[in-house]
Amino acid sequence: MIPGITIYELFTVTSILFFIGVYGFITRKNLISVLISVELILNASVINFVVINKYLYPDILQGVLFSIFIIAVAAAETALAVSIIINLYRQINSVEVKDIETMKY
Amino acid sequence: MERIVFYILALIIIIFAFASVTSRKMLRSVIYLLFVLSGIAGVYFLIDYNFLAAIQLTIYAGGIIVLIIFSVLLVHHIEMRLEIAKTSRKITTGIACLLGLGVFLFTIYSYRFNVVENSLTTNVDEIGIKLLSYEAGGFILPFEVISVLLLAAMIGAIIIAKGNKLSENNNQTK
Repeated sequence: MIPGITIYELFTVTSILFFIGVYGFITRKNLISVLISVELILNASVINFVVINKYLYPDILQGVLFSIFIIAVAAAETALAVSIIINLYRQINSVEVKDIETMKY
Repeated sequence: MERIVFYILALIIIIFAFASVTSRKMLRSVIYLLFVLSGIAGVYFLIDYNFLAAIQLTIYAGGIIVLIIFSVLLVHHIEMRLEIAKTSRKITTGIACLLGLGVFLFTIYSYRFNVVENSLTTNVDEIGIKLLSYEAGGFILPFEVISVLLLAAMIGAIIIAKGNKLSENNNQTK
């Protein structure tokens, strides 16, 4: 654990990071910006896993292993999202959320 | 000392996260995200999980950021300014997020956590043994499943990004 830092301060930082991500997810109009916001949300949850593991159960490693899995899933998700965005741009020449109608059916 | 470093890191994370969701230039917002991810890696270093910090730096700061920058450069003009949301919508969303944050913080601060004072360090070999152990509490099955998932995502990304333009062109030339 970090000397002098309580678990509450770490949770405050991750909560703020999570809600910044939610704010960006709702207000942004561009697919890549939405992807960036999703990355922020995922990172906030990963820090929470790690912090809870270190502060509350330091002798087991479940939180670290789960955060490794979350990072792997996030990498796969980003690769797929980028390929979908590039494919969409080829077909409709835009990556704005409001222009995308071909995936609604 | 650690306090000061942690507060600097927290400030970097929050300021650049906010800049990253409000900046109107696409490429800048991606670079701000890079700073956020590096700050998070710094938090992992502080909390003494060096392996996780290395993973964060290589996969997020190295891989995902490069992928997003590639997609930005492929689909945007660099000078293009992003369309901005309506002010009323921004204010509504901001108030909703602040309310949610208030609920989160109230819940967190009203709960007593049983914090265990410790200064254990974790070696990489412990993580590796735990990942590959098939006894109780081992993670061999999720490890294998995640490898299959990564392979499937890779093939899917190639197929989706290739699109059907190429095959159409081939048919036309035949």
